Amino acid sequence: MNEMTPIASEIMSSELGKPFKLSRRGFLGASLGALVLGVTLPAGRARAQAAAATITPGTRVAAFLEIRPDSTVLFRSAFIEGGQGIFTAMAQIVGEELDVDPANFVVEGAPPGPDYLLTGGGRFTGGSMSVRMSYETMRRLGASARQMLLQAAAAQLGVPVSELSTEPGRVVHAASGRTIPYGEIADAAAGLPVATEVALRDRADFRWIGKPVERLDVRDKSTGKAQYAIDLKVDGMLYAAVQHSPRLGGEPGALQNEADVRGMPGVHSIHRLQGAVAVVANSWWRARMAVEALQVTWTDAVGTAHAMPADFSTEAHMAKLKAATGNGVAYETEGDVQSALTSAARVVEAAYDAPYLVHGQLEPPSALARWKEDGSLELWIPNQAPEMFQAEAAKLAGIAPEKVIIHSPMLGGFFGRHFLYQTANPFPQAIQLAKAVGRPIKLIWSREEEFLRDALRPMAAVRFRAGLDGNGMPIALAAVAAGEGPTGRWFGRQPDKVDSSAVEGIAGKVYAIPNRRVAHIHVDDPAIIGFWRSVGHSMNDFFYETFFDEMADAGQQDPYELRHRLLAESPRHRTLLEAVAELSGGWKRGPFTAEDGTRRARGVAMASPFGSEVATIAEVSQRQGEIIVHDVWVAIDPGSIVNPAIIEAQVNSAVALGLSSALLEEVVYVDGVPQARNYDGYPILTPDRMPRVHVRIVESGAPMGGIGEPGLPGVPPAVANAVSVLAGKRARSLPLSKLDLKGVDG
Amino acid sequence: MELTINGTKHQVDIEPDTPLLWVLRDELGMTGTKYGCGLAQCGACTVLVDGQATRSCVTPVESVAGSEIMTIEAITEDSVGQKVVEAWVANHVAQCGYCQSGQVMAATALLKQSPQPTDEDIAGAMVNLCRCGTYNAIAAAVRQAAQA
Ligand code: FES
Ligand code: FES
Repeated sequence: MNEMTPIASEIMSSELGKPFKLSRRGFLGASLGALVLGVTLPAGRARAQAAAATITPGTRVAAFLEIRPDSTVLFRSAFIEGGQGIFTAMAQIVGEELDVDPANFVVEGAPPGPDYLLTGGGRFTGGSMSVRMSYETMRRLGASARQMLLQAAAAQLGVPVSELSTEPGRVVHAASGRTIPYGEIADAAAGLPVATEVALRDRADFRWIGKPVERLDVRDKSTGKAQYAIDLKVDGMLYAAVQHSPRLGGEPGALQNEADVRGMPGVHSIHRLQGAVAVVANSWWRARMAVEALQVTWTDAVGTAHAMPADFSTEAHMAKLKAATGNGVAYETEGDVQSALTSAARVVEAAYDAPYLVHGQLEPPSALARWKEDGSLELWIPNQAPEMFQAEAAKLAGIAPEKVIIHSPMLGGFFGRHFLYQTANPFPQAIQLAKAVGRPIKLIWSREEEFLRDALRPMAAVRFRAGLDGNGMPIALAAVAAGEGPTGRWFGRQPDKVDSSAVEGIAGKVYAIPNRRVAHIHVDDPAIIGFWRSVGHSMNDFFYETFFDEMADAGQQDPYELRHRLLAESPRHRTLLEAVAELSGGWKRGPFTAEDGTRRARGVAMASPFGSEVATIAEVSQRQGEIIVHDVWVAIDPGSIVNPAIIEAQVNSAVALGLSSALLEEVVYVDGVPQARNYDGYPILTPDRMPRVHVRIVESGAPMGGIGEPGLPGVPPAVANAVSVLAGKRARSLPLSKLDLKGVDG
Repeated sequence: MELTINGTKHQVDIEPDTPLLWVLRDELGMTGTKYGCGLAQCGACTVLVDGQATRSCVTPVESVAGSEIMTIEAITEDSVGQKVVEAWVANHVAQCGYCQSGQVMAATALLKQSPQPTDEDIAGAMVNLCRCGTYNAIAAAVRQAAQA
C-alpha cells in the first residue's frame, strides 16, 4: 500500500494545493532568486536557461548543487531534515553518482520552487516518501552533474571525454596522469547545458548507497551547534508570546489588567489576535510572563471552523464513536463476508479503541517573521511543506507568493507536526505581529500553548467480526471503524468515499482470509486533527493485529502459526515473519519464566505501512502492575535501502514512539479543554522504559518503501498481544496503562 | 549581576528570578541550551552548575551568581565533555538532535562524578526525555565514553 500517495495527488487538486498550480511566472521569480543566491552561474545565462524550458522537477543541476572552490558540495534538499536522516541519505544518493564522498556535502533545505516538487508533483516531507519518491531522480541529477564536470574537464585538458574518468571529487585523465579537482571546473561546468543522457552506476559498484555512512549532522547535534527555528535571530528582532483561548473559537474580550501588564519589564506592546492575545517584549521570557499575567475574558466568536464545543469531552466522544451503528461505507471488500459469517462454525466479535495523541516533538513551535522594505516577507518557520506554507503566508499577508521568502530550518522532531493545519501553526500570528510593530518578530509557543493547539492524532473505535470454519481457520473478517481521518480533514473528503487515512492498517492487510469487508463510519471529530507518525496505521494495525490474536485463540491456534499459515501464498511476508522469529531466537508465546525469574510472554504483529513490510515481536513482563517491555525485534523489508545505520536508528525511534503511545499516551478533554498542558500531565516514554531493540533489514528487491514511519505500527499490537497472554485478558483499548494488572503474576 | 559561564564573566542586568535558560538564550545569545518544557520535565535545558547537571529552565539566575556555569558551547573545551562528544558521534546518537545538548551535558556531569559508572548509575543520571527515542544509543555512548 502507498497510503500517502492519495495525499500527493490531493495536494495538487485541493484548495491547499494551490501553490502547485500557480503560474509559472510566479515560480520562476522565486527560483531565480535562489539560483543567483547560490550558484556561480552568470545571472543572465541562468535566466535564459530558466525561462527557456518547462521545468521538470529534479533535473536542473544548478537548482540543487553548488560545487565550491574547495570541491565540497552545497546541496539543496527538497526534503526537510527533522531527525530522519534525509540530508545524509540525499548526500549518499547524489554523491554516489556525482562521485563525491557524502562527508564532503553540506546540505540545507531548499527554498520553495518548481525544481523541488518531487513528491508526486507536489512537495512535502512526510509519508515516508522522501527517498523512495526521489531516488532515481536524485541519482540522475548527480550523474548529470558529473557528466557536465567531465565535459568541462575535457575542454580544459583538450582531450575527449571518453578518455576521462572520475575519482571522488576530481576528474582523472589516466593516460597523462593529470587530475582536476571538481572545484576548479565547477564554474565552467555550470555554464554547460544539463546533461540528460547519463548512465547510472551499477548497484554492485556502490560505495555509499547501502552503507552505514555517518550522519552529516551528528557532530553539530552533539555540540549544540545545530540551529533550529527556535534558535534563530535577526537584527532588530523582538520576541512574542501568546495566550490562546482555552477553547478554540474563543476571542479575546476585555483585558482586565492591561495597564499593569503594559508596565511589566521589557514589555513593548499588547496585541489582540484571532483566538489569542500576544505580548511583544525585548526577551521571550518577559513576553511570556506578561502574556500569562493578562486576565482575558474570552467570548465565543461565531464562525470559527472547528470551534471547540464548551461541553466537549473525550469520554463522551469515545462513547459516541463506539455507539456508531450500521455497516458504514465499504473501503475494501473481497468475497461475501455476510454469507461467510452466517455459515461460519464460530463467530468472534470485539471492539477496540484508541485515544487522541499529541506529537510532543521536543522543539516547541516558533516562527520568525520579518517584513522587508520592498514589501516582501521573510519567514523562518518549522515546516514540512515550504510551498504550502508560502502560499498560505502570502494569502494572510496579502502579497504574492513570490514575495514570501521561506526558510525551512532543521526540525527539532516533527512526526507530522509541521504540516499546515488550521490554527496549529504560529506563523500567521508572527506575520501579523511583525506588521503591527514594524520590526522582526520571533514568536515561540510555550509548551503549554503547544499542548493546547497541537493537531491531534484522531481518536477512533472499531468493531470486528470474524467467522471461523470448523478447523478454526478464519474465513471471514468484517471491520467497521468510526471516526475521521486527517487526509479527509485537510485535503477534502467525499461523503460517499472512505478516507484511506482512517482505515489504512485495517484495510491492506496481507493475510489470505477469503471474505473480507473493511468499512468506515464518518463521525466529525470536534478537535483539530492531524497526521501523526504512521497516521492511520498508528492505531489501526493495533486494532487489527490484536483482534487477529483473538481469532487465533478462538480457533485454538497459535497466533504466529496462524499468521504463517495465512501467508502461505505470500512469500515476501512469510519470509519476513520467519526472519523476525529467527531474530528473536525462535517463536515462543509463553508465558514462560525468564532467567531472572520473571514471568514473561511474547506477542507478534505484522504491518504493511508506506510501501514497506514489517514484522515485530515484543517480550513483556509486569512488575507491580506496570508493564515492562524487555525486547522488541523488528524485521523490516523496505525493498532496497540507502543507509542501514539510519534505518536502524529510525526503527529504534519508531519503536520508542509506538511503545510510548501503546503504554502511556492519551489526550483527555473535559469541558472543551485538554487536561494536560505539559509532559507532567502527559507522560511520554522515559529512558528506563526503553526496551532493547533488535533490527533485521531484509532487502527483497521489491519497489522501495518508506523508513521513517513503518517501524511504528507493529509495536502497539505486539506489546498488547504479549500483555494479553501475560494477563490472561484482552487489551482492547489504548493506552495499556489503563489495563488493570492486579492479580497477574510477576 | 555577574555570571561565570564557561570560564568567562558576564554582567547581566535582569530580573533576578529569570530562569537561567532565558538569560543564556536571549540575553547572551547562547542557544545551544534548549527549551523543551520549561517545567523540569524534559532536561533539554541541562547545564552544569558547579559540575552538577541542572535544569536551567527552573533555575532562577540569581541562585547561580557566583557559581561556575558550563554550557554545551564549551563542551569540547572540557576533557570529559570532549570524550562524551566523540562517543556521541561514534554511536550516531542524534536524530532530530534537539534533546542532545541536554543529554551530552547530563552525560558529562555523570562521568565527572563517576568516571566508571555502573548501568544503574547511567540509568539514574540519564533521565532526560528524547522524543526521537535515542535512549539505547545514549546508553551505549555513555558506556563508550567511560571507557575512552
Ligand atoms: S526545558 Fe528544562 S527540563 Fe524541559
Ligand atoms: S534526538 Fe530528537 S528529541 Fe532526542
